[in-house]
Amino acid sequence: MKVDLRINGINRSAEVEPRKTLLDVLRENFLLNGTHAGCEHGVCGACTVLVDGEPVRSCLMFAVQADGYEITTIEGLAPAPGELSVIQDAFCETHGLQCGYCTPGMILAAHALLQNTLTPTREDIAEAISGNICRCTGYGQIIEAVQFAADRLRVANTPRPAALAEKPIVEAK
Amino acid sequence: MKPAPFDYVRPETLAEACALLAGDEDARVIAGGQTLVPMLAMRLARPAKLIDILRLPELAGIREEDGAVIVGATTRQAIAERDPVIRASVPMLARVLPWVGHPPTRNRGTVGGSIANADPSAEIPLVAVTLGAEILLATPDGPASMSSDDFFIGPMLTTIGQGECVRAIRFPVWPHKRIGTGFFEISARKSDFAFVAAAAQVALDDDGHCLEVALGVGGVGDRPLRLDVSQLNGTRLDAASISGAINAASGDIDAMSDLHASAAYRRRVAVTLGIRALEAARDNAAATQRKGAR
Ligand SMILES: Cc1cc2nc3c(=O)[nH]c(=O)nc-3n(C[C@@H](O)[C@H](O)[C@H](O)COP(=O)(O)OP(=O)(O)OC[C@H]3O[C@@H](n4cnc5c(N)ncnc54)[C@H](O)[C@@H]3O)c2cc1C
Ligand code: FES
Ligand code: FES
Repeated sequence: MKVDLRINGINRSAEVEPRKTLLDVLRENFLLNGTHAGCEHGVCGACTVLVDGEPVRSCLMFAVQADGYEITTIEGLAPAPGELSVIQDAFCETHGLQCGYCTPGMILAAHALLQNTLTPTREDIAEAISGNICRCTGYGQIIEAVQFAADRLRVANTPRPAALAEKPIVEAK
Repeated sequence: MKPAPFDYVRPETLAEACALLAGDEDARVIAGGQTLVPMLAMRLARPAKLIDILRLPELAGIREEDGAVIVGATTRQAIAERDPVIRASVPMLARVLPWVGHPPTRNRGTVGGSIANADPSAEIPLVAVTLGAEILLATPDGPASMSSDDFFIGPMLTTIGQGECVRAIRFPVWPHKRIGTGFFEISARKSDFAFVAAAAQVALDDDGHCLEVALGVGGVGDRPLRLDVSQLNGTRLDAASISGAINAASGDIDAMSDLHASAAYRRRVAVTLGIRALEAARDNAAATQRKGAR
């Protein structure tokens, strides 16, 4: 069966068996190996991707079900090759990863959370990553990473008085 | 962990979906896939054909009419969780939804899929039975409906027949002004399937007397159970009345035993959580403003 997918802003198509999960199609057909395969039955969250901006388990969705949706994988988060998104960078800074197996899923779950709020409580963060298992960190540093990323994004989103004084504000028409 | 081969069809209309289901006994509906795909991956299920109903317009949407809120079968749990109509008019459903799996499973899993799956410890079927919801079906002969009491017949078993699917769930809206809910469950980790769950909804008059009460327990028997605590009507829901009513109502619960919990444990916890759920619902209702009719 032919499927047309939109992955990280690019239209792509592939000929796949209906039984092939979105996870396997991302990894095998499109070589997007950042999406990790863990349990392959919905328990661990390693395979998390964003579908229309919302975290979803790609092992619980067949690729043939996914056409027409906007799919974002971990490869789609960095602003440019060789760079890291603010959240990715925060995970490095706070030691939010050890082996890194759960990390793409954790970061995408955190990304979806911080798209909705930049002032998450500890409970909000715990809830957002509650479906993702980490066998290394004990979760403490992951929560810290998400808090740190939120702090940075909050500051970045506040226009600093100095910056405003330097650059004239361009009015939207 | 790879499913066996199957054909995949995404019909455009509900009639087409029913015809496909009626014509092939190895065909199966897929909605959110959050239960079915793991079963396929573990090869506990091997349907020859999957009929994808998730995008059928006839199964979508949430609307309030004639004293009930009708939730389309393919409404995703995450959408229902945030829906203002459900929050205002079926508060018990809003209360339990955060306990159904995790955010990513709620982003795909549907309300109708959970009902059709009929897991004895699932929260949405528990609400349906406790509030006396009606299950609206699509059959090859047209629309039909059934009470939740008749619909759920055992663990993962419903009366749904070949060629039929769940169209929507009709949750009754209570007419009273001061309504409160309470919900508790015991599970290994938050949002895992509950060993025991209890959900309560109560309505109070202006003086704090109980006007209407509903209590149900999940995970205890082979399907969700509604407990008859109507003797609480007219009381102030004081601790003695609550525990008396629950002890009377839970006497003949037929509890299951498995490797997670014994039948005796389940029965005991059902009573404890039932008391807590009713007390929480009472306090929740008492805290509501005495606002005008909604
Ligand atoms: C990690 C994890 C944790 C979970 N935790 C919980 C939990 O705590 N509580 C809980 O209740 N659930 C839990 N679930 C299951 C829940 O997420 C599912 O969403 C739900 O049980 C099924 O809904 P679905 O739309 O995904 O259905 P599907 O998986 O698509 O289908 C389930 C079954 O119902 C049938 N079906 C679906 N829709 C219809 C319809 N409209 N008419 C007729 N038949 C239909 C299918 O043929 C299939 O047999 C969990 C799942 C996972 C993966
Ligand atoms: S690989 Fe998808 S949840 Fe584990
Ligand atoms: S860093 Fe190893 S599983 Fe999370």
